[in-house]
Amino acid sequence: MDRALRARPVEGPFALALRSGPAERLHDLTAAAEAQGLARGMALAEARALCPGLVVHPADPAGDARFLRGLARWLGRFSPRVALDGPDGLLLDLTGVAHLWGGEADWLTELRRALSRAGLGARLGLADTPGAAWALAHSGEGVAAPGATRAALAPLPVTALRLPPATTIPLQRLGLRQISDLLALPRAALGRRFGPEVGLALDRALGLLPEALAPLPEPPRFALRLTLPEPIGRVEDVMAGADRLLRPLCDRLAAAEAGARHLTLTLRRVDAAEHQVALRLAAPLRDPRRILPLFLRGIEAADAGFGIDQLRLAATGVEPLPATQLATRAAGTTPPEGALDDLITRLGTRIGLENIRRALPAESHIPARSFLIAPAALVPPAPRTGWAVARPRPVTLFAPEPVAAPARPAPPRNFRWRRRAFTTARATGPERIAPEWWLGEESWRGGLRDYWRIDTTTGPRLWLFFTPEAPGWFAEGEFA
Amino acid sequence: MTEPSPTGFAAAFPPRRGRTHEVQGPGAQVFAAVLAGVLDAPVLWVRPPRGLDPLHPPGLARFCDPSALLFAAAPNPTEVLAVAEEALRSGAVAAVIFEVTKPLTLTAGRRLQLAAEAGQSLGLALISEGLGSPAAETRWHCAPLLSPEDSTLWRWSLTKNKSGTIDSWDLRWDDETHRIAVVAASGGGPGPAGAPG
Repeated sequence: MDRALRARPVEGPFALALRSGPAERLHDLTAAAEAQGLARGMALAEARALCPGLVVHPADPAGDARFLRGLARWLGRFSPRVALDGPDGLLLDLTGVAHLWGGEADWLTELRRALSRAGLGARLGLADTPGAAWALAHSGEGVAAPGATRAALAPLPVTALRLPPATTIPLQRLGLRQISDLLALPRAALGRRFGPEVGLALDRALGLLPEALAPLPEPPRFALRLTLPEPIGRVEDVMAGADRLLRPLCDRLAAAEAGARHLTLTLRRVDAAEHQVALRLAAPLRDPRRILPLFLRGIEAADAGFGIDQLRLAATGVEPLPATQLATRAAGTTPPEGALDDLITRLGTRIGLENIRRALPAESHIPARSFLIAPAALVPPAPRTGWAVARPRPVTLFAPEPVAAPARPAPPRNFRWRRRAFTTARATGPERIAPEWWLGEESWRGGLRDYWRIDTTTGPRLWLFFTPEAPGWFAEGEFA
Repeated sequence: MTEPSPTGFAAAFPPRRGRTHEVQGPGAQVFAAVLAGVLDAPVLWVRPPRGLDPLHPPGLARFCDPSALLFAAAPNPTEVLAVAEEALRSGAVAAVIFEVTKPLTLTAGRRLQLAAEAGQSLGLALISEGLGSPAAETRWHCAPLLSPEDSTLWRWSLTKNKSGTIDSWDLRWDDETHRIAVVAASGGGPGPAGAPG
């Protein structure tokens, strides 16, 4: 709810609607909307009738779940153990943390302030057990002092016990509206009538039964450090150190089904100067035997000075790399898998990864825009069928160069280009290409172009064009 | 040997793997494109900052698969050779085509030759007149010819060959079979090209 409001603030009653079955129903709503008599689960049409000024946005439960996970990670500053609770709750374990904030009350105040600064409304409950905290948070707000859980729970409604409605509704029908009513009943009769869940929920809330939190796992960190008692300086030693770091790092990557794309090896010298060896890989990789040789060039270039006493290796760019089945392959027939990627990486460390490129077909009838040049490490090769062309195209294409020829639409018999004289033996054309006016390309200011293939008596087959709107001849390419 | 070894053009093209070769003349880039198509495997094309005319991949598609070409833009002529050597030595590409804009020294030519041998890949230097290296296995001169009918016609001359004879052929590209077809031997060789030996 607050996530949607943060993205687009709305004055007045506001609700999120979700399509469930045939009708759209209210998924969530603000207090202002609730004051108008609306409630969760109400049909949207009914809600609009009750409250004509209602502003409705579509709900996004998946986005909410993502947001809640992000919030849980952010709340790691308040507690090291944060667990998700349903689609809209978080449980924080305060054990051993509160004194850092000056007590539980101060911790709660600080948490509330941080949440409101972030534009989030929250209902907070604090108690000895997760069940009791949940009960307090879901029935107003409240803090149960340590050891006073039973007293804090007693006046709360039975719905605060994290029981399904199928259990709480019969309880309420029997007049058992508050938890104190349940506590007063003999436990055996309660279990016979309503099943064991009620008793279990009570015991969990009171702390008589343990309840485990399932905190979110710590996101994996792909960084390692090696501190040496004596400084080292030889390239072989540094490589051995990098190898010691690389192996556990690759094990972590394998556990996370990920591969490193960018790696940084930081060498700290004894005089506290640092040298970084950055490695950009052409493809995500987690094989230490393949990554290690790629570091050699950078490590050789590093100045060890009086020696290096710490190595830090971090995978700064990580991409998913699912495990694949190993292909059986006759040895020696083809280069091993990944040899091309390794070559791209090695050449990339020499001349820059973005300077290793490949061509991709593009949708344009303008010759110079009919292909794209992109870094080979970022795009996979296009299938060959994508290169099918309707008309013959030259093998070289350069920026148009003026041709010394009479400015007439008919192909010239004799012309000069690049300080050479040519005589036309055969002219094939014209092929008229119009500029892509919606792009306003500078080089197409000359307007339409009539392309001719000119076979010259001396051999070269040139691609010339004539611009009828600003008469003149130009050369743009050469055929095979 | 039970099978007759190929003679004429078939013996000379495609050039041997594990060697470096050179090609010059106005049709050098076409020669390289045709070679890349024949090899039908990844090819690295190393280009210096001011080299030959820029390639037009849709036009190359007639002779080879442009997606199989990797282009390396080297910042200077020395890096062209360094990149070519590294790629040849790795053996990860079937051929390395590199444009040479300053004379190849004997040392550089020899290093490239050794790298090609180590990686069993093919090196092809696009050279200008007089920039070649004595270490090259073969040297070709390629130029377009005016064709009597509307097609491609090239004259490819083998001007140096360490392990065979030199010769010259007139060739054209056959679009239907995607192959090169010998039109005529244009002199210099001992007999008609492609004749059974």
